[in-house]
Amino acid sequence: MANVILKDLTKRYGGGALTAVSSLNLSIEDGEFLVLVGPSGCGKSTALRMIAGLEEITSGEVSINDNVVNDVHAKDRDIAMVFQNYALYPHMSVYDNMAFALQIAKFPSEEIKKKVHEVAAILQLEPFLKRRPGQLSGGQRQRVAMGRAIVRQPSVFLMDEPLSNLDAKLRVQMRSEIARIQDRLQVTTIYVTHDQIEAMTMGDRVALMKDGMLQQVDTPSNIYGRPANTFVASFIGSPAMNLFHANIGDPLADGASLRLGSHQLHIPQKVFEVRSELKEYFNRDVIAGIRPEDMDDAALTNSHPDNETISARIVLAEALGSDIIIHLDFDAKMAEVIDPDTLSDISKSLDGENAGICVARFDAKSQAKAGETVKVSVDCERLHFFDSETGLAIRGD
Amino acid sequence: MSQPTSTGGLEITHPQSKSMKNRPKRKLTPQQLENRTAYLFLTPWFLGLIFITIGPVLASLYLSFTRYNILRPPRWIGFENYYNILFMDRQFWTSVKVTFFYVGWSVPLVLIMSLAVATVLNRGLALLPIYRSIFYIPSLMGGSVGIGLLWREVFGAQGVFNDALAIFGMAGRSWIAIPETAPWILVTLNVWTFGASMVIFLAALRQIPASLYEAASIDGASAWTRFRRITIPMLTPIVFFNAVLLTIQSFQSFTQSYIVSGGTGGPADSTLLYSLYLYQRAFVQLDMGYGSAMAWILLLSIASFTGLIFWSAKYWVFYGE
Repeated sequence: MANVILKDLTKRYGGGALTAVSSLNLSIEDGEFLVLVGPSGCGKSTALRMIAGLEEITSGEVSINDNVVNDVHAKDRDIAMVFQNYALYPHMSVYDNMAFALQIAKFPSEEIKKKVHEVAAILQLEPFLKRRPGQLSGGQRQRVAMGRAIVRQPSVFLMDEPLSNLDAKLRVQMRSEIARIQDRLQVTTIYVTHDQIEAMTMGDRVALMKDGMLQQVDTPSNIYGRPANTFVASFIGSPAMNLFHANIGDPLADGASLRLGSHQLHIPQKVFEVRSELKEYFNRDVIAGIRPEDMDDAALTNSHPDNETISARIVLAEALGSDIIIHLDFDAKMAEVIDPDTLSDISKSLDGENAGICVARFDAKSQAKAGETVKVSVDCERLHFFDSETGLAIRGD
Repeated sequence: MSQPTSTGGLEITHPQSKSMKNRPKRKLTPQQLENRTAYLFLTPWFLGLIFITIGPVLASLYLSFTRYNILRPPRWIGFENYYNILFMDRQFWTSVKVTFFYVGWSVPLVLIMSLAVATVLNRGLALLPIYRSIFYIPSLMGGSVGIGLLWREVFGAQGVFNDALAIFGMAGRSWIAIPETAPWILVTLNVWTFGASMVIFLAALRQIPASLYEAASIDGASAWTRFRRITIPMLTPIVFFNAVLLTIQSFQSFTQSYIVSGGTGGPADSTLLYSLYLYQRAFVQLDMGYGSAMAWILLLSIASFTGLIFWSAKYWVFYGE
């Protein structure tokens, strides 16, 4: 068991022309499950490979168990890595794949056998020990890759998108399996993924990266509920948070008004208490964020205050069974969302720069249909606010 | 335009057209037409195969059972040529011995040399295409007469090789004039042309995923262990391919020994490769029947050795997923 500390970890390629990881500072506790998440090319895999010793460090420090390991060879860092393509040795049996590291470490063959069988039992791999990786299904190969890492009993597990080669159903299954194994073994784990669901469900903490820079590191619920900036807000959550340029009006007795294009909403006083900094934004432009699930069909919500309701035309309704994703025609200017993968950006490019789309998640009971104009209730206590210049969250704590 | 009377390959017979004269001409289906065109285009190749390959092969099989000196028509003598070759001809066995020495040394040496150089070149050198070309050049001209002549000079008494030895104060000699060293000159000449195998190895090395090496280094494997337990097993299909190709080529080697020994196979038959001896019997002594029989023995030997390598493959060749 060990902690992992990254201090100003930086990686530059091409003589400094490209910075893959920029001054990354992270401290991962002993036994913690940390998920490094971000869009492709954000530097998360590079960071992991530097921790593994597979990539040279341009500057900064990696410490494992309070020892700086910058100049320590990968094999001496007491880590095990699970690769995206599993990197199983195709010419060796499952047994030999799992035993490889122990054989090299010159463990007695009886002990190797015992360890491999123990781990194979945990991962339900015993019937396949004599097979070659090529004869296994994707999920079984993934388990062998896990087994190979576990059998060594390392201080730190490093996992580089280990589930991305699996189909959706298997991914869900393996997700919980990995989390269960980690929980059982209590080994410090750094897990890289671009999948926000993996990030939210597996990690004790989530570190979100973009363009080589750390955006926020926090518990999954805080990352979701208290995003540090517009990027985090738009990256985590599906459908993504709606982000609009808005204007906060004069202070009122019970809060303030929020103007979103031609729409008007009321910001309750409570919001100003929780986000004390917001008081400095009266009569100023902000970026307002509304999560799709904080909106619903007003016809279904009794006694919802009128000033926390907007009416808009439905452009598209996608019934998912459990709920309905409603795309509303919304004339407020959408905030420049940095992540190209997010939905709002796509709709922006489809509909032109200024025509906004607001995505809401309605209860399945809603009768709303495309083409209709509906009243939408907004849970205004759960609105998010960001500085329109910096994109940073306006919080005040 | 008349409509085709066949549909989907099934001919429709008209009840009224019973006589041959009245029966409509059979139309070809598109598939048959396509095949006909293909055969037409293949004709030159087929002619080559029949007249340049199969014809002479069958002719040589017939000739191997005859006595034939070109001047007189072949005379059937049954298995006499084969009997004479295998039981009466000591020089034949000498050539077999020389050939086995040659093949037995040069094939493994070429494999080792080409794999070693490919491994070194695979380390991401900046000028790789240039190095690769330089190492490949000998393969392009290794079997040529010019190079044979050059090597004769290099390893002759006054050759460059001796000049090089002189620098270290070692006495030189004519390496091709001594029966003990002459076969090694042939082997060296063959090993020198390792470029072709090397290019294949180099391509194969680049196919091995880097993540396997990364996983192995995290697992604690040294460079040598990685080479032994990952590179070699992953390359076995290529080793196999190269071994088969080299074995077939080496058994048929002719030019080098012809040039280096001046066509004699000397000194003391020490460079008398099988093909050279075959050439001497057939084209110098004009014993075509004998030469043909030798050619057939060579063909069967190569086939057996290749078969042996194929048979052994299941024990050491690993094919990926």
